[in-house]
Amino acid sequence: MARPTRPLPLFRSGDPAERAHTDAAMRSLIVKVLITSTALVLLLLYLMPLGYSIATSLKSKNQVTDVQAPLLPSARVTFEHDGQAFDVLRVPIDGDVRELAITRRGRTNSTFVDPADPGAAPIEWDGSWRTLEPVYVPDPKWENYPTAFRFINFFQLLRNTLMYAVITTIAATFSAAIVAYGFARFRFPYKGVLFMVLISTIILPSQATLVPTYAVFYRLGWVGTWLPLIIPTFFANAYNVFLLRQYFLTIPTELEEAARVDGAGPIRTFVSVILPQAVPAMIAVSLFHFFFAWNDFFGPLIYLAGSQDLLPISVGLFRFNGLYSSEPQLIQAASIMTMVIPLIIFFFAQRFFMQGVVITGVDK
Amino acid sequence: MDYLNEIQRSLRVGGQGRRRLSRSELREARWGYGFIGLWLVGFVAFYFLPMVASLVFSFLDFDLLNPGEATFVGFKHWQRLLFEDPRVWQSLRVTFIFAAISLPIGMVSALFLAILLNSANLLGRNLFRTLFYAPTMVPVVAGVLIWAGVLNPTTGWINMLIQAVTGFDAVGPNGIRWLDDARIIYLAYTMIGFWGVGNAILYNLAALQGVPTELYEAATIDGASWWRRLVSITLPMISPVIFYNLILSVIGLMQYFQIPYVLNGGSGYPDGTTYFYLIHFYRQTFQFLNMGYGSAIAWLLFLIALAITGTIFATARHWVYYAGEKR
Repeated sequence: MARPTRPLPLFRSGDPAERAHTDAAMRSLIVKVLITSTALVLLLLYLMPLGYSIATSLKSKNQVTDVQAPLLPSARVTFEHDGQAFDVLRVPIDGDVRELAITRRGRTNSTFVDPADPGAAPIEWDGSWRTLEPVYVPDPKWENYPTAFRFINFFQLLRNTLMYAVITTIAATFSAAIVAYGFARFRFPYKGVLFMVLISTIILPSQATLVPTYAVFYRLGWVGTWLPLIIPTFFANAYNVFLLRQYFLTIPTELEEAARVDGAGPIRTFVSVILPQAVPAMIAVSLFHFFFAWNDFFGPLIYLAGSQDLLPISVGLFRFNGLYSSEPQLIQAASIMTMVIPLIIFFFAQRFFMQGVVITGVDK
Repeated sequence: MDYLNEIQRSLRVGGQGRRRLSRSELREARWGYGFIGLWLVGFVAFYFLPMVASLVFSFLDFDLLNPGEATFVGFKHWQRLLFEDPRVWQSLRVTFIFAAISLPIGMVSALFLAILLNSANLLGRNLFRTLFYAPTMVPVVAGVLIWAGVLNPTTGWINMLIQAVTGFDAVGPNGIRWLDDARIIYLAYTMIGFWGVGNAILYNLAALQGVPTELYEAATIDGASWWRRLVSITLPMISPVIFYNLILSVIGLMQYFQIPYVLNGGSGYPDGTTYFYLIHFYRQTFQFLNMGYGSAIAWLLFLIALAITGTIFATARHWVYYAGEKR
């Protein structure tokens, strides 16, 4: 195979061994640059929709539909002349391109005023003004965010979502810890079978149980309230139990035995010995559930169908999209707003989060 | 390894034979049941009874407002489901075709990205890992709306990029209509799904880090190429995680609902190509309020899910390699 590049003659040494060494270092550097730039290109493609969304969220409604407009938020430049605003266009005159304000639009010739010298005589130009490009300046519309915030009633959505997410996160995490402790530390008949049943519920499509559950909640008068979404989280979810059990199994039993010798019962041991040692796993489970709750769509969609005031952010954004489909800039602004809190939490807690993912997916 | 193995393992340990428990064992068992009791109650209330009830419902005509007047209709719903409702087979076909396209693409890209993010030659690995994972944190509705924008034929950046790079006339109402063209709709949906592969990447990544480096060193000395090492070492060593990703993806695809629902409200646009099985379930159950028929649709989903995951489990021993397990 031919060597990809030669080292610069400057570094070329007469000693063959040293030369081979420099070559190897050079080659490894090239590989590093190649792989890193491949990753960078892929990452940019992968995150491009995000860039599109942010850019669109800052555009004016006019710019969104303006096919000549640049990619980034901008506005057409206008020039005020005799109390009227005129668009500034790029006009090719005598081999030069000048930025002039158009005061009269004609099919075959138009009249322009030079913004730099408005007092001078108007300039006549022959040709169709439609072929001329408008001049743009960067002009991010930050006010799209407050507008979207008000239109979507973001504060209420946020309050609903946070309430739901926080309550169910606490309930899901602690109930799972209790059940996981039972499976991790006690021997009892049919434990293997019960654990298998627990795990199989992960594979069960939730729709298979949905209709009767819905009917019961309906009879209880709970449809149209948060209760059908909150109550089941108090009874431990298989995924969380599995993660916490795996973690509990890695905790050495000495401390628990010491506590038992000191006369602590299982509950006391669980609360004061196990839980403090399991904080990283508890955080991971909390994060999983929090993100799940933030994202939950199907549950709120069916249980809160008629209760506009109780909707969480996911369904609220979906409805907003239906109502404001002619305002893409507001939809993108609202989309960005819904992801801010999960992303901030993720960036700060990613160590716990990724550990948790690994425990469930791969670890023994 | 992962919890799917636990199922196989616990099946083996299952029958220990019955004998009387000693006093202290009894005490321990009581505490054990006490701790898991919370889940047992939840299991009976939210899984077991509803499963049974759902089966019973599938033989009833049932009105939410007058539950007392439920009438037994025998196999009416099942007959309609299996033989009379063309929408059932249409939506199943849609679901399977989409799965056949999106599942391999998703799994191969997750594996490819994990290998890239595991490369020692990648500078700034941790930053890359964080940024590749970040879109998985974007709420699905927001992600779908963003993708719908970026896939817009006229104003979206994807067509602009394609046009800038290839020169092909992609932009405009006559360009590439990702979400309107039945021929490429599944590719568009697969692309939208890319923002959800973060977890699969992480599982793969963790598995790759667990492959002993001696294996690669030995293979390199023997002159094995990069491709050869991938096929003969990497893939077998991480096959348990590939298995796990496969099961999770299959479950996810069978319950595919949110993306088509957000994009077109469950209309199946264009030409019914996005009328997925769960859309049919949702419309029958919660829009037309056919609770009995909805139960039958859900039960069929359960049976299909059972058959598919069962098949994957049964084939697992031929292609999933568990280190340290004796055969």
